[in-house]
Amino acid sequence: MHEWALAESVIKAAREHAAGAKLRVLSEVGVVLGELQAIDRKIFSFALAELAKGPFREIGRCRFRLIKAPAAFKCRACAKEFTLKVLKRTGREGEYIHFIPELAHAFLKCPKCKSPDFEITAGRGVSIKYIKGEQ
Amino acid sequence: MKALDPRPSVISARLSGIGGIIAVTGWKGGIGKSVTASTLALLLADRGFKTGLLDLDFAGASAHVALGADGVFPKEEKGLEPPEVAGVRLMSVSFFSGKKAVPLRGANVSDAIIELLAITQWGKLDFLIIDMPPGINDAALDLIRLIPRAKVLAVTTPSVMAHSVLERSLALYKRLKVPALGVIENMTPPPGQAAKAPGAAGPAFGGRPGGGAGRLIGSIRFDPGLEEALGRPDKLLKTAFARDLGKIMERYFKKPDNYSGSRIKLSGI
Ligand SMILES: Nc1ncnc2c1ncn2[C@@H]1O[C@H](COP(=O)(O)OP(=O)(O)O)[C@@H](O)[C@H]1O
Ligand SMILES: [Mg+2]
Ligand SMILES: [Zn+2]
Repeated sequence: MHEWALAESVIKAAREHAAGAKLRVLSEVGVVLGELQAIDRKIFSFALAELAKGPFREIGRCRFRLIKAPAAFKCRACAKEFTLKVLKRTGREGEYIHFIPELAHAFLKCPKCKSPDFEITAGRGVSIKYIKGEQ
Repeated sequence: MKALDPRPSVISARLSGIGGIIAVTGWKGGIGKSVTASTLALLLADRGFKTGLLDLDFAGASAHVALGADGVFPKEEKGLEPPEVAGVRLMSVSFFSGKKAVPLRGANVSDAIIELLAITQWGKLDFLIIDMPPGINDAALDLIRLIPRAKVLAVTTPSVMAHSVLERSLALYKRLKVPALGVIENMTPPPGQAAKAPGAAGPAFGGRPGGGAGRLIGSIRFDPGLEEALGRPDKLLKTAFARDLGKIMERYFKKPDNYSGSRIKLSGI
């Protein structure tokens, strides 16, 4: 359920963007959900819908498109590129990564050289890809 | 548009119920930042303040050790609610790392700090104490950027080297317009032995380090009984260390008449 906290940040950031770009209404926001953080899509989209209902007129009719982004990694030590599929983790470790994706560096290692010094090149967590609206 | 990170936008809302935010910093490791931050949080809670403690030293997380926070975990509730340990709401990366080390590069540290600040629901607090990693690094720069109202409480030790680093760092903080509460000198030797420690309570501060930002607001003696009290909050509160820190606290942290986050007065800026 900590999805709510992140959904709230999306609503806030979208509204701030609307104010900055002088958008009167927001029609669509594209939100990327990175595979690594394993955000619960259902809860997240429910939270977005509930939070958008608030007293804020500009976002009340906004559509939120959730875009899946597969996680990708590149080892800094040996340059190996890999995906989440090949990495082992316990349920508990997965939960910790869900809260703070950087903990991937504590629990996951490069499948080739075992180094924890890899880069998360894609699919880390929540980000906003685009915001559409009318002036 | 470029991908937008939504998380920073919610951080000030997450901290809006907090009266005063104090970042315990220092520019070296092993000088007592964590024991100072942890004991200060315990002392404030003991005086009836609603107090939180945030450990931002991901590589050397130790506030949970000082408080003896075993078997507790944040509650998931529209974010994460910090568990209460000895009256202090504690948030630390240690909850999520198990017994593993957390090997993070700078940009990752930053990302993890932003995540933690965005999802932690502190609720209403009089004080939030932040235990900082040593030096002006990612955590310090993030603090300045994301929590501009945090006031710096610097810890140093009676050593010429510590003072020299301190002076440069305080000048930097001053230039960045970070408010400073002052400097605490830790592990001050007993009066008779002062001569053995050239920098003790002394000349470095006479020269107004950092042009005033580095005002010495008190000192804490070396306490041989501290080590065995770590992990036991009730014992920790009874140490000579806590007594010395308590005296400093009484002077700088005013009790609000009735509880309301915004009424807290922090003097001595
Ligand atoms: N005044 C003191 N008297 C005795 N031991 C102290 C004192 N201050 C700190 N210590 C000890 O020094 C060690 C380092 O302290 P710590 O708070 O972890 O430093 P830092 O956070 O600056 O790295 C700890 O074992 C602590 O108990
Ligand atoms: Mg420390
Ligand atoms: Zn590798």
